Amino acid sequence: MTTETKVAYPPDAEIMAISASFGNDHHRMLDILLAVQEARRCISPSTMDTIAAAVGVTRIAVEGVASFYSFLSLAPKGRVTIRLCDDIVDRFSGLDAVVAAFEAELGIKMGETSADHGFSLDFTPCIGLCDQAPAAMINDVVATRLTAERATAIARALKRGLSAAEALVADHDVLSPYQRVRALVENNIRRPGEVLLGPVPEDAGLHAAAAMAPSAIIDAVEASGLRGCGGAGFTTGRKWRFAANAPSDRRFVICNADEGEPGTFKDRVVLTERADLVFEGMTIAARAVGAREGILYLRGEYVYLHEHLQAGLAARRARGGLGADFDIRIQMGAGAYICGEEGALISSCEGLPGEPKTRPPFPVTRGYLGHPTVVNNVETFAHVARILDRGAAWFNAIGTDKSHGTKLFSVSGDCTRPGVYELPYGLTLRELLSLAGAEDAAAVQVGGPSGTMVGRDSLDRRLTFDDLATGGAVIVFSARRNILEIVDYYMSFFVHESCGYCTPCRVGNVFLKKAIEKFRKGQANDDDIAYLKDLSATIIETSRCGLGMTSPKPVLSSLKNFPLVYSALTKPSKDGIKATFDIQSAISGARDIAKRRSYIFDKDFSK
Amino acid sequence: MTEPRKARVATVSLAGCFGCHMAILDIDERLIALMERVEFDRSPLTDIKTFNRRCDIGIIEGGCCNEENVHTLIDFRKNCDVLIALGQCAIMGGLPAMRNAIMHSADPLRECLEEAYLTGPYLRNTTRLIPNDPVLPLILDKVYPCSEIVDIDYQIPGCAPSGDIIFSTLVALLDGKFTGFERETLRFD
Repeated sequence: MTTETKVAYPPDAEIMAISASFGNDHHRMLDILLAVQEARRCISPSTMDTIAAAVGVTRIAVEGVASFYSFLSLAPKGRVTIRLCDDIVDRFSGLDAVVAAFEAELGIKMGETSADHGFSLDFTPCIGLCDQAPAAMINDVVATRLTAERATAIARALKRGLSAAEALVADHDVLSPYQRVRALVENNIRRPGEVLLGPVPEDAGLHAAAAMAPSAIIDAVEASGLRGCGGAGFTTGRKWRFAANAPSDRRFVICNADEGEPGTFKDRVVLTERADLVFEGMTIAARAVGAREGILYLRGEYVYLHEHLQAGLAARRARGGLGADFDIRIQMGAGAYICGEEGALISSCEGLPGEPKTRPPFPVTRGYLGHPTVVNNVETFAHVARILDRGAAWFNAIGTDKSHGTKLFSVSGDCTRPGVYELPYGLTLRELLSLAGAEDAAAVQVGGPSGTMVGRDSLDRRLTFDDLATGGAVIVFSARRNILEIVDYYMSFFVHESCGYCTPCRVGNVFLKKAIEKFRKGQANDDDIAYLKDLSATIIETSRCGLGMTSPKPVLSSLKNFPLVYSALTKPSKDGIKATFDIQSAISGARDIAKRRSYIFDKDFSK
Repeated sequence: MTEPRKARVATVSLAGCFGCHMAILDIDERLIALMERVEFDRSPLTDIKTFNRRCDIGIIEGGCCNEENVHTLIDFRKNCDVLIALGQCAIMGGLPAMRNAIMHSADPLRECLEEAYLTGPYLRNTTRLIPNDPVLPLILDKVYPCSEIVDIDYQIPGCAPSGDIIFSTLVALLDGKFTGFERETLRFD
């Protein structure tokens, strides 16, 4: 590496002002960098120096954060950055044509920035709009249901100098933040349930909680049987009790709105329609555990919800709905799936790269800034508010023995009614699919890539924590889809999203993807199936956090439930010689370079 | 009854450095005991260059970097009952497989040859040509471990494997008692 000449950049007043607006606090590094990215469209070396000096950390610490998040860029981005969602659902919904249209109209390829710095085109993993795919982020708004024509029209409007919001919403400046969100994105609520998406009274849960002792609130939440809705399903009441009992003078409540699991978009709808219920739940949690500060960590892809949430929060604050000694700030993420893991999420809130923390200690005893911290999913907090309103027994009676209450399912893929379904736990997959118009599903990915891929023989399994668990994602694939293409995509997703901290995850997932590619190319044999299982077991056993512990699941669950897909593609050795090795393709490059044929393998060499 | 014949062993070095063959000699004086039970057939140690009869054990050093390696390896598979991959190059491709890392190139093989013969910083190649004599075997698109080309029955790890592990593995195989390696022997130094 060439050493950069140390130029004394003039202190940059604008950058210093941005840093000062966050109190020159290094814990707010992500906010500072996002603001700089917004102002300058990149985090340049000189700005990193300025920021490092202003907040009092090393330059490399700044660069470590700036280079970690995919929405922060070290090279200048265009005035308009278009990030096309390349989730498998988008790919199956005509993404190719949209890509071609944008590329043709803007004159740049994916991954490039135009010479005049007008436009950048990028791919990004699932942005939580699978029910209206193909979708894209355009600066801080989103475009849904893209077609080649729509893409061309949007690109032309942007080229005329319109802002992204102007190009997508006609009268955006007269709309309220909520109306703007609704104009951009459909909710697709297909089945409102009685807990969350049906009618809910304002602050009824909070009023009930205000009259209760903190320990009584925890008792009620525990008695309701509520379990975390993000996927892991830890008992919410127990989590709160741990945090409440951990000795400390400061405690925190964090709402995990980093809904990154591909195919999951239920929190998007909750944040659009029931944001107040989420803040209410957080306020109740704060009272229960004795927290004075709360953070809502909003994934970077949902930046279009930011203004709407800020407005909701401001209104709540104004009417005293946060209580006297509690407040919530919204922390924006910047495009990192790993930040959905609670340790990584806390790291990110602390202004660090989003790397998971070593456990134990768990966040409930040592979380944000080292203090006891409750991290719960958006849906979980919304449930809490309803439980306090209607009572633990009411909630407990819904659902099944070990999975209480209702669950929001986000259904997408090959179905006629994609969207959000609020249903009691315990219904069968078949029932959900028939509601969604997906009776002919050939494969269903339940719980996103880190969940389970099941086939038609599993349709009578129940959607509960102890049978088919899901954080919400249900992705439907018809018989036209190639199972291994799906698995390959999910592996590429995990390769992209591994934070790189531990080797089994950083390297193992790459090997796993390569092994799947071998199957797709018809170059696999029986040993490769054993290799897939072996390598998967190693990654699961030795990874540091949940990402690596679940990343081989697309491979393992498809191997288990679709064994014939794999065995149909394997070629057994013949007379001890691998049928998968093709000498002709192995020597074709050298043949071209040497401009002669093989005297061993080209039969007609002598002619 | 005639005395049971000695096991016939064939060995070859493909894309290796001959270090594994040197390691065979590290068996030292136990070679005398070993030679009472085996005879070397096709091998650089005997200078027998073709198979004239079937062998019991084939020992492969090195992976496959060119077409001749592939041809020889297949010949070994056809003529040996048991094939052993000896050392890291045979097992994983080893050091020669470093050229497999040239992957972000439109033409990785050409880039590799050009760097090796034309553009590398420490070269002295007065002809300024990439060698292309008709007797040179064509090189493969990448270096392959032996197990990607033929079925390999056993792998003896190491770079190079120690004389001890080679000796004990061969003896255990001859006795029909080979059950795998002790964990501490699975290391690469």
